[in-house]
Amino acid sequence: MSKKLMPKRRDFLFTATYTIGAVGLVSAIWPLIDQMNPDSSVKALSTTEVDISAVEPGKTITVLWRGKPIFIRRRTKQEIDEAAAVDLKDLKDPEKDSDRAKNPEWLVMIGVCTHLGCVPLDNKGEYNAWFCPCHGSHYDTSGRIRKGPAPTNLEIPKYEFVNNNIIKIG
Amino acid sequence: MSEEKYIPKSKLAEWFDSRLPLLSLSHHLKSYPTPKNLNYWWTFGGILTFCLITQIVTGVILGMHYVAHTDHAFESIEHIMRDVNYGWLLRYVHANGASMFFLAVYIHIFRGLFYGSYKAPREIIWIIGVIIYLLMMATAFMGYVLPWGQMSFWGATVITNLFSAIPLVGESITTWLWGGYSVGNPTLTRFYALHYLLPFLIFGLIILHIWALHIPGNNNPIGIDVKKNSNETMPFHPYMVMKDITALLVFIIIFFWFVFFAPNALGHPDNYIEANPLVTPTHIVPEWYLLPFYAILRAIPSKLGGVIFMFAAIFVLVLLPWLDTSKVRSSIFRPIYRKFFWVLVATVILLGYLGAKPPEGIYLVLSRIATAYYFIHFLILLPVLGRYEKTDQLPMSISDPVLDKPGLIDKFKKAAGKYEGDNVKSFK
Repeated sequence: MSKKLMPKRRDFLFTATYTIGAVGLVSAIWPLIDQMNPDSSVKALSTTEVDISAVEPGKTITVLWRGKPIFIRRRTKQEIDEAAAVDLKDLKDPEKDSDRAKNPEWLVMIGVCTHLGCVPLDNKGEYNAWFCPCHGSHYDTSGRIRKGPAPTNLEIPKYEFVNNNIIKIG
Repeated sequence: MSEEKYIPKSKLAEWFDSRLPLLSLSHHLKSYPTPKNLNYWWTFGGILTFCLITQIVTGVILGMHYVAHTDHAFESIEHIMRDVNYGWLLRYVHANGASMFFLAVYIHIFRGLFYGSYKAPREIIWIIGVIIYLLMMATAFMGYVLPWGQMSFWGATVITNLFSAIPLVGESITTWLWGGYSVGNPTLTRFYALHYLLPFLIFGLIILHIWALHIPGNNNPIGIDVKKNSNETMPFHPYMVMKDITALLVFIIIFFWFVFFAPNALGHPDNYIEANPLVTPTHIVPEWYLLPFYAILRAIPSKLGGVIFMFAAIFVLVLLPWLDTSKVRSSIFRPIYRKFFWVLVATVILLGYLGAKPPEGIYLVLSRIATAYYFIHFLILLPVLGRYEKTDQLPMSISDPVLDKPGLIDKFKKAAGKYEGDNVKSFK
């Protein structure tokens, strides 16, 4: 390299200025991006309590939590047995039924198809459990994906039994 | 561009034009040389400009009456339809205008594909066009969400969930897009803001699109370069302007036939039911102009794969100028490509039909075949044809295909002779 092409003091100052400018610009952009994330009022609505005393076996109730439907199904004996009897090797997203339902009689799931977010219909599909009408995903009596484009099982929200009649979701 | 310069006719014009050359620009637009053989497929640029202006004008007015809030949006649409003076007309023009905009843009795109308008030196025009098309789809999608009907809500849910297919960050991206944990009020308000903004970006890109067009000038049905400012070109005004207006009037007749006689034919009745986050309509479909891509999405039996293929179907168009290696632009001189072009048109229409059908049985099989063909056309057929296709002889001038018909010159001479006597021996 000849002497003339060596970086000069001025080149250094230019590069330093550009760099500081770029850092400043990026940090100024962050608030513009982050404002789109859920705000405090949305985050505040994070739990909901549901009275389940009136739900008969074989029935599902749907409640809204964070704008999403939550399925609460009181499963019949037959459904619980079917879900427990499935070989994990047959599953696309292997999960034991006992890990999905703390109390086997009650299945609590986010009622949103893991494919593209439609609400599956109950007592439908090849497993006579949940079926998504949008793109044809079939779920079993434990809400596990069995057939169709959805990649994972129906999600289980965080929930707890406050007492025998009340479930707290979130 | 070699084109006669604007000469100001008055002192005032000279004073103004030397400070801001708007008069020079106007002169350029009027005298812009266009090939004299442009056919009616070339009138869709003007038609599309009309569509954009119609959408902006009706849209700004609708914005004065619409309320972007989940509790009031659906109601405010009914208010526009029933109470606002001519609200029904403005809304139907805006809603059908979107469909007409896409109808025109599809014809415009296939025109480009048939006549090889994307080839050198017009690659940048084409790529800007693809970006405009993408922005149009985003704008139309967000506009469809605003009435807050069932299709609005579930369309928004499905489309935003496409991003959840991205590994690792997908969930955070969808939450960020929604401003919550599902499609809700924050989603609606931001979609409204963006639906208002994007048409102006499209407008800016259209200026770049036309600017890039005015550097090499128009392609033409023969696809060979024309000599500018020769007897092969005509000034844009009044010749092309008149032709554009003629086509535009026919287009407006079709447009307003829909507005007045079948305003809901292209929509979906479920969107007259207010959004309900607990019930998905049994059969959800996007608007007709997005159906081919929807079919591709559903044809792939994997969530991430479906999303990748759907976006790839559009992105492949960006690469088109380099995938099609044939030096001959117009399909008129490409006997094999010409056939595959029509197979592609049929495939896209078939995909559109399949996108409206449930994804099962024969429909699923067909949409997989059609998806595969779509990509084979661009990624395999075009590069191979560019190498091995034997193209027909190109004419020397765009006039030749017209004038070289045997007997035609004699016919002209005879007709002209009636008026001008013997002088016409020098004809041609």
